[in-house]
Amino acid sequence: MERPLTNFIRALRSSDVRVSTGEALDAARTLKLIGYADRSMLKDSLACVLAKSPDEKITFDELFELYFSRSDMPPQNREETEEQEQSGGTSESPDLVDLMESGDEAAISLALERAAEAAGTDDIRFSTQVAYYAQQMVKQMGGESLQARLLEALQRGGQDGDSEAQRLIDIRRELTMRARERAEKAFDVFGAGETQQFRDDYAADKKLSALDRSDMERIKRLVAKIAKRLAIKHSRRRKKRNRGQLDVRRTMRANAGVDGVPFNVVWRQKRKDKPKIVVICDVSGSVAQYVRFLLLLLWSMKDVVPDLHAFAFSFRLGSVDEVLEQNDFETAMAKILREYGMGSTSYGQAWSDLKIHHEQLIDRRTTLLVLGDARSNYGDPRVDLFREFASRAKRVIWLNPEGPPLWGTGDSVIPRYKPFCAQVTHVATLKDLERAVDEILSAYN
Amino acid sequence: MAKDLLTGYEPMTSVDAITAGLEGVGYISTRQISTAVYLANGLRKPILIEGPAGVGKTDLAASLSRWLDVPLLRLQCYEGLDEGKALYEWKYGKQLLYTQILKEKLNDVIGDAETLQASLGKLSSFEDLFFSEQFLESRPLLTAMKQEIGSILLIDEIDKSDEEFEAFLLEVLSDYQVTVPEIGTIRANVPPIVILTSNNVRELGDALKRRCLHLHIGFPDHARERRIVRARVDGIEEALLDQMISFVQAIRDVDIKKRPSIAETVDWAKTLLLLHATALDEAFVRDTLNVLLKHESDIAVIGPAVPKMLREAAAQKPGGRTSSGYPDLDG
Repeated sequence: MERPLTNFIRALRSSDVRVSTGEALDAARTLKLIGYADRSMLKDSLACVLAKSPDEKITFDELFELYFSRSDMPPQNREETEEQEQSGGTSESPDLVDLMESGDEAAISLALERAAEAAGTDDIRFSTQVAYYAQQMVKQMGGESLQARLLEALQRGGQDGDSEAQRLIDIRRELTMRARERAEKAFDVFGAGETQQFRDDYAADKKLSALDRSDMERIKRLVAKIAKRLAIKHSRRRKKRNRGQLDVRRTMRANAGVDGVPFNVVWRQKRKDKPKIVVICDVSGSVAQYVRFLLLLLWSMKDVVPDLHAFAFSFRLGSVDEVLEQNDFETAMAKILREYGMGSTSYGQAWSDLKIHHEQLIDRRTTLLVLGDARSNYGDPRVDLFREFASRAKRVIWLNPEGPPLWGTGDSVIPRYKPFCAQVTHVATLKDLERAVDEILSAYN
Repeated sequence: MAKDLLTGYEPMTSVDAITAGLEGVGYISTRQISTAVYLANGLRKPILIEGPAGVGKTDLAASLSRWLDVPLLRLQCYEGLDEGKALYEWKYGKQLLYTQILKEKLNDVIGDAETLQASLGKLSSFEDLFFSEQFLESRPLLTAMKQEIGSILLIDEIDKSDEEFEAFLLEVLSDYQVTVPEIGTIRANVPPIVILTSNNVRELGDALKRRCLHLHIGFPDHARERRIVRARVDGIEEALLDQMISFVQAIRDVDIKKRPSIAETVDWAKTLLLLHATALDEAFVRDTLNVLLKHESDIAVIGPAVPKMLREAAAQKPGGRTSSGYPDLDG
């Protein structure tokens, strides 16, 4: 396959556009059909073949502009020069100084491209490598001999030598600048996506409590991505064929046309429960950060889980559905923390509030999700109420930001709640949260 | 391969030819759309079209069939659609009826057979009779394969079908052939041009997307919408047309439940014509707003803003703006 295309596909892949081998082959066939001649047609065609969702189309557009602006030279031309190169063996490259002074843009950029290829500039991954690759490119273009000439001129001294040296210095600066530009472009095309990916992976594994403000935007983007991923996975139709149980009524109706002889057998189908989640969040200082991300994730999945209710407490417990619905997420979160985050934590009080005001929300298809460290300031944990909820609900899942070694130490009462939970999970990172939510939704499939 | 690629659909020689051809049958195409059609023919791949309702996804298939003068076969997807409805079915009723009628003939057939074995042998030679083309109810997919001159196969709203059906479709679309066990493999002489449409009710499987060309048709820009309305509605005044399209485009920028698409614009243009409107005035627009907007809450949002939007629509010069984010560059 042609190199410009394979490189372009590599760039797409590094920016999170999934291109399968089959699609790459399609792209090659498209090229054969369309050719490089008409740039806008090339763009439309490749967009058809390679980018298959609105998000991917946007990334595609950006990369196409970047990538195909770089090789201003039509590829046919390039092949020709390659041939020349091969036939002439490793012939002398034209003198660097002459080349730069000739002002022949085409020749200069061709030489740059060649140097970039030799230096492997397109393998760039991080922005910190730009300088390195630029240097390698200069070297490939004969930077060393330039350096030698410069030294020689300086040694020679005198007016003649000085002006010669100045000329060479200018050329070197110009050359380095161009090489840098080329390397930066390579980074935009090939490296930026991967760097992003790398940082994302890093952030997803970082402790949520250790995230600082600068990570916030990234985390938000990540949460959106996770929500989308989970939504796709869990938005499948909730229907299951119950083979083995004949639906007599529908079978008879389906076969009325053939005299009631059961050619088409209809089996009973069972509709699956839609997920219903009641999430109860301890918003006292130690847990608040986790609540933020859990709620953000759950709220981004409203489409999949329309039946979602959130409560917050530290002392008194209250519903926060309305606040979340009416404000954008950050404002809502600030309001919630202001309203509920100040009390001294009492799980017992929270359970009795839940029992009195909202008990009817918990039914047999509800997953009760509790996020908290179960540190109740030595108050009565009201295990009796918790047990009652657990028997009403489908399942109870407890997400604890504290690690298992700390469970039961000091005022932590998690061991007393644990027998009634289907699961008590330690959540520290975004990945843990994703896994927990995935697990909850899977129970409905 | 090159020869292979060019079987059937001769008029599709270039992207421009497609644009011109479609325009000839009243479909105002964009370069993106024409390119996708061209590639679909060249690469022999289905096109998956996504986009809001009423922007001409289905109509593209119909127009292609009119232009190329090949049959249009339409398969409307819904939840629970299965192979029997999409591919083929045996005509059980007819088979049953024939067996009943032929019962009396049974004795003649096996009359002289001495043993059970012999009569079975005789019967089995007739078995194939009942599973022949005669008793085969051909559904859209099979019908499309059987067309001698090719066809346009429209699989509408694929996102409404079940995932199992999607998987089954992959198989048919990858090699354009259908195997009926009792008859054999039916292979398309000229493969149909397959157009799948989706309104994004659910996310389609990766496998299907990978096998299709992907085309997004968004809302048209001013110029294209103008040409479309012109092609569909006769005798509307230039100034009025400009004004109403600016107005519709302005509505699309507002965050409402269901943004009006081309179908609604055309309906509105027809309404205006029917009511002999000469210019858009406030009262008139309010009365006919229900043609454009299909939700009570949307009308409640737009209604009060009508005077302001009308003023802006009157002032605005037709510009090349699309609300889909994909500029439809068009002549």
